Amino acid sequence: MILLISSQGQNLESPIEHRFGRSPWLIKYDTETKENQALPNPGGRQSGGAGVAAAQFVIDQAADVVISGDFGPNAANALRAADVKMYLFDGNLNNVDDVIDTFLEGKLPAF
Amino acid sequence: MNMKIAVASGKGGTGKTMVATSLALSLIETNQVKLLDCDVEAPNAHLFLHPTFTQEIPAVIRIPKIDPERCTLCGQCVEVCQFHALAKVGKTIMVFPQLCHGCGSCTWNCPEGAIEEIPNPIGVIEKGTTISGIDFTHGKLTLSEPMATPIIRQLKKLEKSSNGTITVIDSPPGASCSVVETVRGVDFVILVTEPTPFGLHDLKQMLGILEDMRIRYGVVINREGIGNAELDRYLEQKGIPILMRIPFDKEIARGIAAGKPLVVIDPNYHEKFKDMYQKINQIIDKSDGRS
Amino acid sequence: MTQQRAKQLVILSGKGGTGKTSLSAAFAYESTHAGMNYKTFFVDADVDAANLSLVLEAQVAEQHEFWGSSQAEIDVQKCTGCGSCESVCRYDAIFPHSEIPGVNWIDPIACDGCAACVYACPEDAISMIPQQEGFWYRSETPYGKFFHAELFPGRENSGKLVTLIKQNARLAADDQSVQLIVIDGPPGIGCPVISACAGTDLGLIVAEPGQAGMHDLQRVLGTLRHFRIPTVICINKADLYPQGTKEIYEFAETQGIEVVGEIPFDESIPLSMLQGVPIQVLYPESPAARAIHKIWHQTVNKLFQYEKQNV
Repeated sequence: MILLISSQGQNLESPIEHRFGRSPWLIKYDTETKENQALPNPGGRQSGGAGVAAAQFVIDQAADVVISGDFGPNAANALRAADVKMYLFDGNLNNVDDVIDTFLEGKLPAF
Repeated sequence: MNMKIAVASGKGGTGKTMVATSLALSLIETNQVKLLDCDVEAPNAHLFLHPTFTQEIPAVIRIPKIDPERCTLCGQCVEVCQFHALAKVGKTIMVFPQLCHGCGSCTWNCPEGAIEEIPNPIGVIEKGTTISGIDFTHGKLTLSEPMATPIIRQLKKLEKSSNGTITVIDSPPGASCSVVETVRGVDFVILVTEPTPFGLHDLKQMLGILEDMRIRYGVVINREGIGNAELDRYLEQKGIPILMRIPFDKEIARGIAAGKPLVVIDPNYHEKFKDMYQKINQIIDKSDGRS
Repeated sequence: MTQQRAKQLVILSGKGGTGKTSLSAAFAYESTHAGMNYKTFFVDADVDAANLSLVLEAQVAEQHEFWGSSQAEIDVQKCTGCGSCESVCRYDAIFPHSEIPGVNWIDPIACDGCAACVYACPEDAISMIPQQEGFWYRSETPYGKFFHAELFPGRENSGKLVTLIKQNARLAADDQSVQLIVIDGPPGIGCPVISACAGTDLGLIVAEPGQAGMHDLQRVLGTLRHFRIPTVICINKADLYPQGTKEIYEFAETQGIEVVGEIPFDESIPLSMLQGVPIQVLYPESPAARAIHKIWHQTVNKLFQYEKQNV
């Protein structure tokens, strides 16, 4: 399963970013191989439609799950249409690593 | 000769609609007058002029509709759209109408000719006439639609005025793109402000725009007496003409609240507005080098 | 979840000039002086007529550039004046160059940034140039941190800028266990208003009695309803036109909306604005200051009562 998590930095210790569309980085994590990769979010540079741009990018990465602080209505529609599952951060989590663990324990709220 | 005068302000609630409607009512005695209410988010001029509306035109943005038979999912439309109003999702192209600016770029760039444009209504334009003979048009943005500027653009394109007509345009507040679209191509802008720090701060924003666009302007000071002399000092120092002063007066405030035009509350203003129009003509003539 | 997110209150009006900013400033004072204090941040979401900083004694602590959309520019060396760009531009933004014959020019004021011309140009002479469209600031005030911005005159993207400063306020609020964010909204119902409303917990409409005020009240209420934001109303300059005030009460009742108070016309409001402070600093016993004190209590009670309903 491929997860994408919005992040302020480029590794698993980075603080999470609550904005989806304008998140500077998206951390891609493969639950099978346990490999991760930091991808610059194209939405982060957009003036308009950042949410859709970020959603398009997530879809193009063939992600199964995307985790962020919130999803705008346009981004949510696109992700839903592409069958990408959306989950939200829990208030106590700070970095990407914790988010992945908590998600795998099935403890993150669905969007 | 045609004359287009916009009434703008920067700060909201300074009395734009009051000035625009009373100017129109003063000029209709001797001229053909049109009133165009471009404050499509909060249009109020009709509440003072009571036009009978005879025509309703949908205000639209032309958005793409993709023919799934022809679409090869090449993604070119998604690529060219600067506003991210399109996304390639699985085996379809999704359209996000509220992000679409109606620019047509996707249509022209589709290699398969698979895109046609369909009208997406974002509001309505209503036309009518008032008892005194003012030709009245306004636009109304539908609630929850974000973009006001396309309606203003459509509103202004619709108005092809005949010779000798004076068009008075009521502008939205603020100093962003919708105001720019409203004042684009007008002969003169009346800036209505009040002598307070807020009024002066927001007036300066508008002056920046009008200087950039090289549009002539003058200032109406409304609610004189509630603030301080800072505004007057600033206008004098910059050599900006003051077109009229309207004192703060609870009678005027009450009358406006009841939906009465200023020239009805105090008929002396008929002459004042006519004088103001003369003053505007003089300013225009002077800057055109004709006097 | 241990940490509670800050509640967001947006102050709106539809019609401009009804007193949103003076009320926001007075709320800033209340948040630190009204007995039960709330740790509060403030946002001025009226980015093209940003006035709240003038009455909050704001000291800018951080300044950031705001880069919005891009605009098309023609390379005069490559342009052959073929007119392909002009034929696709729906914004009437392309004109013959005023100085160089046979070359086109794009009016930056009219350009919408759609890039249709970029793709239409056979000479590759047009490119999109990113534009700085303003600044945003984090300031310190005696009442709490303050997030505001200045959109350059005539620019687009006021909605984006509003979203940006609200997000920054929210992120800072999360870090510093802030209880409340007060957002001074823009007039109207369009894009910056929608951005100001997004994600808020309560809307407070400042209504002004009168026909125009009523019309705009209905439109802004419809907008808040559309986004399912609970709403209360207060009436400013209520005594100037009592008939209109009565009509607002009647309307609020038919809509099932609470009127949290009325503020009389009071010269203390413009006078304190001239001094650049909230009304209570200079005129604590004025009729308007007393009325605002009650409105503050009603509003925060409402706001934190919604929280209880949700848990």
